[in-house]
This record gives sequence, structure tokens and C-alpha cells, in this order.
Amino acid sequence: MDYFLTEEQVMIRDLARQIAEEKIVPVRAELDETGEFPWDIMKTLAQSDLFGLFIPEEYGGLGKGSLELAIAVEELSRACLGVSTTFAANALGTYPLLLFGTDAQKKKFLPDIAAGKRLVAFGLTEANAGSDAGGTQTTAKLEGNEYVINGTKQWITNGGEAEIYTIIAITDRSKGPRGASAFVVEKGTPGFTFGKKENKMGIRASATTELIFDNCRVPKENLIGKEGTGFLVAMKTLDHSRTGVGSQGVGVAQGAFDEAVKFARQRVQFGHPVITFQAVQHMLADMATSIEAARALVYAVSRLVDSGAKDVSKESAMAKVFATDVAMKVTVDAVQVMGGSGYMKEYPVEKMMRDAKILQIYEGTNQIQRNVIGQALIKEAARNK
Amino acid sequence: MKIVVCVKQVPDTAEVRINPETNTLMRDGVPSIINPYDLHAVEAGLQLREMAGGEVTTVTMGPPQAELALRETISLGVDKAVLLTDRLFAGSDTWATAYALYKAIAHIGADIIICGKQAIDGDTAQVGPEIAEFLDIPHIAYIRKIVEVTADRIVVQRLMDDGYDIVESTLPVLLTVVRELNVPRLPSLKGKMAAKKADILKLTAADLKVEEQDLGLKGSPTQVRNIFAPEAKTNRTMLHGTPEEMVNKLVADLQESKCL
Ligand SMILES: Cc1cc2nc3c(=O)[nH]c(=O)nc-3n(C[C@H](O)[C@H](O)[C@H](O)COP(=O)(O)OP(=O)(O)OC[C@H]3O[C@@H](n4cnc5c(N)ncnc54)[C@H](O)[C@@H]3O)c2cc1C
Ligand SMILES: Cc1cc2nc3c(=O)[nH]c(=O)nc-3n(C[C@H](O)[C@H](O)[C@H](O)COP(=O)(O)OP(=O)(O)OC[C@H]3O[C@@H](n4cnc5c(N)ncnc54)[C@H](O)[C@@H]3O)c2cc1C
Repeated sequence: MDYFLTEEQVMIRDLARQIAEEKIVPVRAELDETGEFPWDIMKTLAQSDLFGLFIPEEYGGLGKGSLELAIAVEELSRACLGVSTTFAANALGTYPLLLFGTDAQKKKFLPDIAAGKRLVAFGLTEANAGSDAGGTQTTAKLEGNEYVINGTKQWITNGGEAEIYTIIAITDRSKGPRGASAFVVEKGTPGFTFGKKENKMGIRASATTELIFDNCRVPKENLIGKEGTGFLVAMKTLDHSRTGVGSQGVGVAQGAFDEAVKFARQRVQFGHPVITFQAVQHMLADMATSIEAARALVYAVSRLVDSGAKDVSKESAMAKVFATDVAMKVTVDAVQVMGGSGYMKEYPVEKMMRDAKILQIYEGTNQIQRNVIGQALIKEAARNK
Repeated sequence: MKIVVCVKQVPDTAEVRINPETNTLMRDGVPSIINPYDLHAVEAGLQLREMAGGEVTTVTMGPPQAELALRETISLGVDKAVLLTDRLFAGSDTWATAYALYKAIAHIGADIIICGKQAIDGDTAQVGPEIAEFLDIPHIAYIRKIVEVTADRIVVQRLMDDGYDIVESTLPVLLTVVRELNVPRLPSLKGKMAAKKADILKLTAADLKVEEQDLGLKGSPTQVRNIFAPEAKTNRTMLHGTPEEMVNKLVADLQESKCL
């Protein structure tokens, strides 16, 4: 379907697609097998300027918005969700600086991020703080001109590989949710190390690790925003990144769908290609329809975000929940359309199915997204009374 | 350092078919691509710029639509591009092609000129060395590695059948490159945006101050009389035995058929 993309947006899509087809597809199965971090691909993405897409021109980026990022992420996800998670988590980690950073912080970090010279990670989750960020136990205490950080973050994408970390820690427990603050911490800071690297079901090319802070001292200037705004920073960051997770869903679903169609045209049973059977056609028709609906929603919400709309929580949650539920369903159905072949590692759809599952879990589970939408509905209804 | 890379726009031979009546290429509707070896030549130019500074210019001789190939090289990071296009260039053989390119390169000026090993359509591998002869400069063909480059000399590895030579040359020099040399980069977004806006310098025969008789069909010593597919001969004989026995049999057969 034609989404009336600008010439530049088409250029971004074509370039991301070229990288996906030439550099990612040939190695995705191996990356999935070994769990090796895709540095070569990250270098290609850096050379292509894609890391600078959403970063303002004054900091060396291209000054584009959520829609352009969604378009690029969709194309990468079509080839490999492990790679696209690595790329998208970089944006996730950058948003706190972009949305709340001081001029000095932006000048210090954004040019390197735009050039793809330094990778970023976002650290919110802890053992006791999953869906409930209020359970955060990591603390940051101001001592003179430094904050002293203590605690452990878990399941942090790009952990160990990234050089810049934006994290949330409690600065004043007595203030409850208003007692959290956001910080930027650089790899190599004394007292900051990495723990366990997870062995995952899918997105195995992406690194997921623990961040361990043991009396890690960072200068006062590393505070992002004001003390006490940590959860606000986190929530606004997630509002921005959720459309990106939605576009990951669109991409992996499209990738699996393409494989299923190709296979169904070639596979002959009962004397006919299986695509001629109506039961198969109906599955493919539903897959195609839901992918198109998901893409339309993701693009529409991305445009809303780019318009500068103040509160996009509800819409970005809708884009995330819908597109990622579509991704799960479509990848499962792609395996079904391909029968036993779909279940084998010779074809990429079993990997896509394993990969797709994470989209319903990270950056807020789909249950939590529905909570966000529900709360917004209550607020709207009260306002309209 | 001034680096000039010669690129040729060729039909994507993966898509080309031959007209069985005329034995000529059926080019209609076939997409054009940059000669694959020339992408390695462009990459070499960009890497030389990274090593030694300076600027990279791509040059092509071809019809007006060859401009697209030049814009593609700008999206890869090339600084400038020059298109030689003129009806008078049409029908050039390798000699006339090399002559026109030589005139253009002399016009632009170059310390290092890089060509692909060969074009995947014409396949002669003559144009590069011919340009060097016209310019009266050394050339090194089939280079697989650039070892070092300074302001006035270069050391490279030249691919041979069983290994490689290490060759040193003064500048200016012309190099032709093989695939082993490098992995061509993909375009960047900034490059693609620049490519859309870039001014391509267009030169005609008059701009190069060349005479009509040296160009195109008139300037081409080779003339195509006829194009045909060689007949497939099936009556071949395999000789068996020791080398001595086989040689004796071969000589006897050749004598019998009055070849000797
Ligand atoms: C591969 C991977 C990468 C990750 N990357 C990052 C990262 O880069 N940075 C980061 O900070 N975090 C990251 N995470 C953490 C991720 O965001 C959390 O896993 C997610 O928020 C859910 O938390 P949890 O796993 O603790 O689930 P839990 O919160 O324990 O939830 C368990 C179940 O209960 C449900 N549930 C919980 N509360 C409610 C409720 N109130 N209403 C309804 N249902 C509820 C959930 O939906 C879920 O089904 C990553 C996780 C994974 C697996
Ligand atoms: C006998 C003969 C007759 C021909 N007659 C005609 C004709 O009538 N009409 C016609 O259109 N063609 C004709 N050609 C084809 C044309 O002459 C060649 O394609 C052209 O000269 C280049 O030679 P090549 O393709 O073998 O390139 P090669 O010598 O194999 O190419 C080596 C390298 O030289 C450079 N190079 C080659 N050509 C160009 C170019 N045009 N611009 C920039 N760089 C270049 C590239 O770097 C390339 O990698 C004829 C060829 C021959 C051999």
C-alpha cells in the first residue's frame, strides 16, 4: 500500500533494505546460532548514517523523526530482529539525552552516537522492578560533586557492548515515584562492571546483560533532567520508543509473510501448489491484512509523535500492542503455512517466530500497554463528562 | 592527491539475452548497473583518499543516462563526477574509448587513475592499459592490495596465476583492480542526498578539443564485420596412454589430416 512517503523517506527505506538484504540476511542464521554481537553490521549501519537518523543536524545527525526511524527499523527487522533490537535499543538509550539532556550533555554525547562511534543502552529493569518500575532498588547518592551509584540492573540490551548507558536510580526513597532520577554513565567508569550475559530463546544476536554498580562515582553533570524526574524521563522515553517496537513487529511479520508466500507457491501437494488451497489463501489473506493494518497504525502514530503532540502514551501503546501481537500471530502462521519445512532451521521462519515473542514482552509487556491504554480511556471519559 | 576512477555503465548481464537472429545484445528493458569491477575501483579510490588525502573524481564515457552511474558513485562518497557524452563518441572501440578518456583525464589532471580489471560486457580489459599508454605513464594491472602510498610513489600487490608480485611505481600511475582488493562500501544517506543535488560536469568532444576523426566509429581501428556464435563441434577425440604414445598418435593424426 502507498503511504505517500517523501522521496527522502523512500531513500531511507531503500538503503535500510539494501543493508538488510546484502549484509544481514546472509549472516542471520549464524548470528542466531552463535549469539555473536553483530559488530560488522553495526559498522555498516554507522557508515550509512542510519545511527544519525533521529538526531538533530546540529549534533551531526540527519534531523529526521520517529517515522523515518520506524521505516529503517522495519526494514532491518524484516531481515533479523536480533540486529534491529541492537539498533533500536541504541535509540531507546539516546532518547533520555535527546529529550531531557542539557546542551553540554548533548554536545558531549550526540555527535558520537549519530556517527555510530559509540553505542547506547537504556537501563531501567531490575530483579524486583520489571513491569513495576517502582520496585527500583538501585540508588544514587550525592556526595560533594559526585553521585555514588549502587545496585544491579538486569536484562539490559547492548549491555557490555555499549559505551554510553542511561539509567534510572533512586535519589530519594522517601519521595516514592518522585524520588527517582536519570543518569548517564560511561563504560569504563570505576565501579561499573557487567554481570551475566543471558542465553535467550530469540533475538540472539542482541546482547542482554546485567549492569553492576558498586560505589560507581559519576560527576554531578551526569544527572539527566532534574533530581526526582527519573520516572518521567523513563516514561517519555518509552512513549517515543514504543512506535519503534511496533515497527519491529511490522518488519518481522512482513519478513515471515514473504517467506510463507514464496514457499506456498513452490510447494506442491495433491498436484497443486499449496497456495491454491483456499485454507492456505485465507491464512495468507489474514496475515497480509493484519500486517497492513499494523503498518498503517505505526506510521500514523509515528507522524503524531513527529507533530510534537504532547501526550502520545495511549497511541504509542496502541501501536506497540497491536503491531507486536500481529507479529506473533503472523510468524506462527508463517510456520504453519510452511508445514514441517517452516519448523526447520533451513528456513528463517522458525527463528522469526522465536524472535517475535520478545516484542510482546520488552519495553512494557502487552498487558502493561493495555493498562496504559485503559488508564487513558478512563481519563478521557472523565474529561468528557 | 588527485584520484580519478573510470567507471562504465553496463547492462546487468544477469538479465541480458542475445538476439538469436542478429547475435547482438537485447538491451531493451535491461537494467543498467555500474560495472562490478569498477565498484572495487571506486572503493580503492575512497580508501586511497582516506590514506593520503585529496579528492576522488569518477569519469565515464557513455550516453546521457550514464549520469545515473556517476550519481551512484557520489552516494558512495566520491567528490566529483565527469560525464563524457557526445554523439561523436558513439561506436567507439577500446582504442577510441581510451583516447577520449585519456583526453578527459589530461583535462582534469590525476596522480592515480584506477580502472576495473575489465568490463563485464565488452570484457577486453584493454581500456585501462590503453589510457596509460596515451598518457605515457606506467600502469599496474590486476592489483589485489595497496601496500602503501606516498605523495610520489605507490607499492601494490599484483595478482598472478600462482601468487602475487609486489610492484612499486612512481606517480602518476594507472591501476586496474580485481575483486580481491576490497569489499565495496554501501552508500550513505548523506551521500545519497548529496548525489541527488550534485552537479555533474559534462564534457563534449569540443570541450576536449579532439578531432572527429579520432573519435567514435571513425576513430576506431577495429570494425565489426559480423557477429556470430561459433559452431559447436562435436567430433573431438580423446587420446589415451603414456605421454609418448599420445604424442605419436597426435602427430600421426595431424599428418593424416594434412595439418602437418
Ligand atoms: C531480551 C530482553 C531485553 C530487554 N532489554 C531491556 C533494556 O534494554 N532495558 C531495560 O530497562 N529493560 C529491558 N528488558 C526488561 C523488560 O522491559 C521487562 O522484561 C519487561 O518490562 C517485563 O518485566 P518482567 O520481565 O519483570 O515481567 P513481570 O513484570 O514480572 O511480569 C510477569 C507477567 O505479569 C504481567 N503483569 C505484571 N504486572 C501486571 C499488571 N499490573 N497488570 C497486568 N499484568 C501484569 C506481565 O504482563 C507478565 O505477563 C529486557 C527484557 C528482555 C527479556
Ligand atoms: C571490436 C569492437 C567493436 C566495438 N564496437 C562498438 C560499437 O560499435 N558501439 C558500441 O557502443 N560499442 C562498441 N564496442 C564496445 C566498446 O568499445 C567497449 O565496450 C569499450 O571500448 C570498453 O571496452 P571494454 O568494455 O572491453 O572495457 P574494458 O577494457 O574491459 O574495461 C576496463 C576498465 O576500463 C574502464 N572503462 C571501460 N569503458 C569505459 C567507459 N566507457 N567509461 C569509463 N571507463 C571505462 C573501466 O574502469 C573498466 O573497468 C566495441 C568493442 C569492440 C572490442
